[in-house]
Amino acid sequence: MLIEIRWHGRGGQGIVTVSRLLAQAALLDGKYVQAFPEFGPERRGAPVTGYTRISNEPIIVHSQIYNPNVVVVVDPTLIGKVNVTAGLVQKGFLIVNSERSPKEIREDLEVLDAKVYTVDAVKIALEILGRPIYNTAMLGALLKAVPVTTMDSLAKVIAERFPGAVGEKNIAVIRRAYEEAYGIE
Amino acid sequence: MAKVMGLTGNEAIAYAVKQCNVDVVAAYPITPQTIMVEVLSEYIYNGEMDAEFICVESEHSALSACIGASLAGARVFTATASQGLALMHEMLYIASGLRCPIVMGIANRALSAPLNIHGDHSDMMGSRDCCWIQIYAENPQEAYDWTIQAFKIAEDHRVLLPVSVNIDGFILSHSMERVEVLEDEDVSRFLPPRKPLITIDPTKPVTVGALCLPDYYFEMKFQQIQAMKESCNVIFEVNSEYESISGRKYGFLESYAMDDAEAAIICLGSTAGTAKAVGRELRSKGKKVGVIKPWIYRPFPEEELIRALGDVKAVAVLDRACSFGAPFNALCSDVIATLYRHGKDLRVFNCLYGLGGRDITPADLKAIFEETLEVAKTGKIKEYVKYIGVRE
Repeated sequence: MLIEIRWHGRGGQGIVTVSRLLAQAALLDGKYVQAFPEFGPERRGAPVTGYTRISNEPIIVHSQIYNPNVVVVVDPTLIGKVNVTAGLVQKGFLIVNSERSPKEIREDLEVLDAKVYTVDAVKIALEILGRPIYNTAMLGALLKAVPVTTMDSLAKVIAERFPGAVGEKNIAVIRRAYEEAYGIE
Repeated sequence: MAKVMGLTGNEAIAYAVKQCNVDVVAAYPITPQTIMVEVLSEYIYNGEMDAEFICVESEHSALSACIGASLAGARVFTATASQGLALMHEMLYIASGLRCPIVMGIANRALSAPLNIHGDHSDMMGSRDCCWIQIYAENPQEAYDWTIQAFKIAEDHRVLLPVSVNIDGFILSHSMERVEVLEDEDVSRFLPPRKPLITIDPTKPVTVGALCLPDYYFEMKFQQIQAMKESCNVIFEVNSEYESISGRKYGFLESYAMDDAEAAIICLGSTAGTAKAVGRELRSKGKKVGVIKPWIYRPFPEEELIRALGDVKAVAVLDRACSFGAPFNALCSDVIATLYRHGKDLRVFNCLYGLGGRDITPADLKAIFEETLEVAKTGKIKEYVKYIGVRE
């Protein structure tokens, strides 16, 4: 089963990083992966997308992703400015960094068949990291909605990528986001 | 158990270069190749790689420095893309003419103008006659595997030609995938230190690149022609030996589902992966389609192509670079020339696609397969050169 994930954020928010961290974790699970950025120049603050493909089989397709199974909105200020649900498959997953309820988001974005999850990633990041870096929190929320990898694999990858206290805090962020994320299916 | 890493095409090539115990890297960064050079400079700075990194002010100088180092007997790597390769153009011919076994990673990108940083094959195709062996990889795994093999092919005394390992800009250069890597010791055993035929040495002076007028120039070029031909045997041997250490089988081309195919797509690089995925889907519906992906573009794999084509009736050849004003684009011209030379008559049409990084989708490829099947059935070609997805 091939899962295609699209990440929405802004340049500088670690969208490429998070799309790769997820792929690295899935690699540890023995999966095949692709993680790639929106091709082109990088622009801090501008809307950007990242992509992750995960499958049990080798992935040979190299075209872009037009119909993701999962959309993760890392930066909530993009809603209304970028069509974050473009091409989302029927009954796909929409995971949003927001203090609002999944029901509100679903109605707002008019994706009534989508399985919507929300988590207040900004709050979690500020509490644990002390800084508004909330890309890793969205990994926890994603995992809650769709078991694309495991918490163990994510923790291993984060610890390797960010050794020491930074890694430990980010793992705490992911665990907390996993606990706090909730959704409607 | 093989070691598995998540690497982009750029990173996969850089990792292979590290394992190949390269002595000198001289390169100038350019999108989308930049990361290849960045990673190598980090390896060298961190002491993970015992090599000299020469910072230069342009690609012309990068390849010039590589040529000097290669003549001195070093194992040499450089990397570039697009305008960078165009700026190297003069030195490409000098590298091959002086028989320098340099390996270059190229993250293929469109040429200006208008300015575009995305992937197509205009850069390498613009220099296709420079007497470099040219390899196109489909994914980061192939980029890694071919880079290691490239040094062994280049440095063989029967060859002594430079080799380019091409990856589609962004599509492969920036896509992280699962890559199985070899142990350092296995690579070292496969690729022992370079044994140069002659070296430039102040204590034993020799002249290289001397003036060569009509009385000898042609013979020098004829030797290059012969070296290019001879490289076929070397590539075959290197592929076999590499298979024995990696378990991965390479050749001049990959032939997918061609056994009883009636229609086929021939294309280079990452597009072949998408074409295979679409081909598999069509096969499951009983449509007899296949894919041929040349790994080696120069020397052009004539015999292998004829064998792979079998009894196929129609072929669509996909080109990602435009040969303006030519009857067909580069890859298609080579395919047609090969068919003519081997007395094989089948229906061929050309699809120009993906210029400036325009995505080629599974739907595009499905339509091309369908049209090729139609040509196989009727024997009639509607358009000899099609432009995929362009707005007229």
